[in-house]
Amino acid sequence: MAAETPFLLETAGLTKHFRLGGILSNRVLHAVDDVDLAIGEQEIVALVGESGSGKSTIARLIARVYRPTGGEIYFRGRALSQMRNRSEVLEYRGRVPMVFQDPYGSLSPVFRVSHGVLRALRLHRPSLGKSAREQAAVQLFESVGLAPGTEFLGKYPYELSGGQRQRVGFAQALACSPELILADEPVSMLDVSVRIGLLNLMATLRRELRVSFLYITHDIASARYVADRLVVMYAGQVAESGPVEDVLAHPKHPYTQLLLSAVPDPRAPISLPTSSEVAEPPRVINPGEGCRFRARCPYAVAECHVVTPRLRLLRPVHSAACHVATSDLDDVPVPERVANL
Amino acid sequence: MAIRILTDQPPVETPSVSTRSGVIGTLTRALVSNRKALAGVVLLGVFTLVAVFAGLIAPYDPHSLQFDPILGPSREHLLGTTGNGQDIFSQLVWSTRESLVLALLAGVMATAISVIVGVSAAYLGGLWDHVLNLFTDVFLVIPTLPLMIVVAAYAKGGGVGVLIAVIVITGWSYGARQLRSQALSLRNREFLEAARVRGERSLYIIAFEVLPNMTSLIVAIFLGAALYAVLAAAGLQFIGLGDTNDLSWGTMLYWAENNGALLAGSPLWVVAPGVCIALLGAAFALLNYAFDEISNPALRPVRARRAQAASSDQPT
Amino acid sequence: MIATAPVLDIRDLCVDYVTARGAVRAVDNVSLELAKGEFLGIVGESGCGKSTLLFAIARLLSPPAEIASGSVRFKGRDMVTLGEKELRHIRWRDYAVVMQSAMNALNPVMTIGAQLKDAIEAHERMPTARMRERCQEVMRLVGIDPEHLGSYPHQLSGGMRQRAMIAMALVFTPELVIMDEPTSALDVVAQRSLMLQIKNLQRRIGFAAVFVTHDMSLVSHFSDRLAVMYAGQVVEIGATRVVFEDPKHPYTKGLMQSFPSISGPKLHLVGIAGSPPDLLRPPSGCRFHPRCPSVMPQCHTEEPPLYVRPNDLVKCHLYADGR
Repeated sequence: MAAETPFLLETAGLTKHFRLGGILSNRVLHAVDDVDLAIGEQEIVALVGESGSGKSTIARLIARVYRPTGGEIYFRGRALSQMRNRSEVLEYRGRVPMVFQDPYGSLSPVFRVSHGVLRALRLHRPSLGKSAREQAAVQLFESVGLAPGTEFLGKYPYELSGGQRQRVGFAQALACSPELILADEPVSMLDVSVRIGLLNLMATLRRELRVSFLYITHDIASARYVADRLVVMYAGQVAESGPVEDVLAHPKHPYTQLLLSAVPDPRAPISLPTSSEVAEPPRVINPGEGCRFRARCPYAVAECHVVTPRLRLLRPVHSAACHVATSDLDDVPVPERVANL
Repeated sequence: MAIRILTDQPPVETPSVSTRSGVIGTLTRALVSNRKALAGVVLLGVFTLVAVFAGLIAPYDPHSLQFDPILGPSREHLLGTTGNGQDIFSQLVWSTRESLVLALLAGVMATAISVIVGVSAAYLGGLWDHVLNLFTDVFLVIPTLPLMIVVAAYAKGGGVGVLIAVIVITGWSYGARQLRSQALSLRNREFLEAARVRGERSLYIIAFEVLPNMTSLIVAIFLGAALYAVLAAAGLQFIGLGDTNDLSWGTMLYWAENNGALLAGSPLWVVAPGVCIALLGAAFALLNYAFDEISNPALRPVRARRAQAASSDQPT
Repeated sequence: MIATAPVLDIRDLCVDYVTARGAVRAVDNVSLELAKGEFLGIVGESGCGKSTLLFAIARLLSPPAEIASGSVRFKGRDMVTLGEKELRHIRWRDYAVVMQSAMNALNPVMTIGAQLKDAIEAHERMPTARMRERCQEVMRLVGIDPEHLGSYPHQLSGGMRQRAMIAMALVFTPELVIMDEPTSALDVVAQRSLMLQIKNLQRRIGFAAVFVTHDMSLVSHFSDRLAVMYAGQVVEIGATRVVFEDPKHPYTKGLMQSFPSISGPKLHLVGIAGSPPDLLRPPSGCRFHPRCPSVMPQCHTEEPPLYVRPNDLVKCHLYADGR
């Protein structure tokens, strides 16, 4: 590993397996398999996938909620498994905080909303005195749009709307000058008209505080709105990765194409009903070799059943894990809607 | 993982903490507006006052044997006298202290053990969970009454300490199960994950994030344990466990039984402490119901409204 | 507007939640019509009253919610005044309800087949052989292999469970199917699949459908008409394409602008500032005025009626007669 790495956070062969059933069971859930991810400075990377794709697990691996079964995570070149003492881990936690999905579950109902922020400040900036901490909390609240800060600090979670609670989550994440914020579906449970406000907040934070984001979502449209790069996950593996516009304009992996064709877009002309296939989420228990998408893939060939495809660079920074995909722009047929870009 | 879009909750939420005054304010108002709670609080309050001001309320020294035995109720002796010539009313008043303290102390200790065992089982998980569960189950299954009698036989009296020990040993396991269940369900709540990701230590998380969210269950278990303690203490003292020279409702019953009070014509000697035991137990029971209703609005009594066509046969 | 008698005719429906702090009007004077075979989408965000409206139509409200006033005429009969016995006759045979989460609505300890049988038996006496036939028919109709009649809900995928719910709703080929966000618990791909299925079924069988959702884009390709709700009121209603291509009400416009697109130029969106009002003390005049970018002085005091325009109805003073 080079001493000077250009990436803020990098994963190499990241793997997480869960054993299902009792100690004697041999059923292993492959939540994340062999994932290579890289996030740069001041970059928003969207991790897109359906349920069971492993995206939330990756966030938790990076946040050190789970320990990887295999592979490694590097933060500014330093491997997480090498971080042993508490102060180093604490510093990492301050630099790489997480924002959660559920505005109604991510704040403890018995404390005021200032609780999380004040605790975070206490843990990560212990030199601050009590009043300095409160000042800092007010500023943090106002920087995420909860003004006047003093008034909001005194409220209980039930007094705030879903959108406001998520902003509190962001304020907590900002408590220690973070470098990378892990946002696990931060807007999925919010009303549609509120989501934009929070997505705009993320873009603002990136611009003004130079924070990177790992934005995890199942909603490609919001990923396009806010992210620079798109990583598509399927069944615990990376299917495709590249700049957002590139992946959307020239999706190389058949799963990405399927996903794009299924996204409802009111501004698009009404598309004719495509083949109504039965959409089954992948089963990732003891999967074995071979591409995990082969059962649903219209282009599957013999190799797909036997060899697990690895990420191949197909265009300058655009890679896909597919035996069939090529680098030609027009090779694999593209859904008509996306062709109008 | 279903993305549950939160749509259309009823437009008015019933928050658990409803005013700026926070928990205490809500609790007070809730207790006052709920009839069961009010009754329970009043009863408990009365007993507490009696216990605290026993010296002022009781007319005579409870131990003094100077009076004529087995007198009926009169102006000098509101409840009459015992077979040994003591004033029953004074004894009753002074006994409130020990009975109340016993109930509260045993209740608190049993609850504390329940919390420690239950929450640890939920948090340590794995082998520890199994071991602690086994431990809890064994104590759950032990038949309490025979155990108490056996201990009473071996202890041959003993003091208040033995009494409390027996009550706590037989009383903690019930709550531990419930606490474990609730702790398990809380474990995956996102605010706990948020605390962990923030960098909090495990012990802090359990003490300051988990337990505060379990207060209503813990209080309910305490009230149940206190109720159990009242009745168990009375029962144990009645069969002679604990120091029979103590002043307690249970020991009053012991002496009354020994002296054949009912046959001898001083039924009040039995009835008075019995009623007090029942009332103190009722106080805890009422508070327990009331607490349930306060923390779970679904259990509140639905006041009948004017006849309306809008009814349904399925809950929404 | 409707030539033949509408299947569903709601007039000035009001639904209240009676709470300790007073009555909260969750649905305020909503009037809607649904023609035979028509697909009506009802769109709105949390707290707008759309689910309450749905439950009121289906007579599934329970205390503290109650229908305060208004009428819901289904095939000519006012559902609000019907008693339980009469309701039971028409429930499931003439109208059916599909809930949001099949996992919650299906009994986890009974097989799908047993639940279908249950639904049939509750409303009609049918010989066993005929029942079995009907169950298989209806499963095939929704695209599930009749083999799964013997499966338990947890053995099916999310999409299949929702289809099973729909199968259950269609067992008597009702004239009206009411759906409360039946796709929101599904993945995008399964969602699209299910929506197509629903639309196909609707065309084949000819039932009228009321589809409640928070996701406008989802319903845009499938509904004939679209109603937008805000704070308990219908603020705009018209043909789907008209509402989409030419939204009139500022709230509808704001909502349309809250959906980022995956195609076309990347625009900066703003959503809608503020949050929905507390229905215990709704804003005076027009309920949207505190958040409206085009607010006028009269909006603070006068509640706009649903103005009738050539293509749709809009509850906004900007479109008062003559403008």
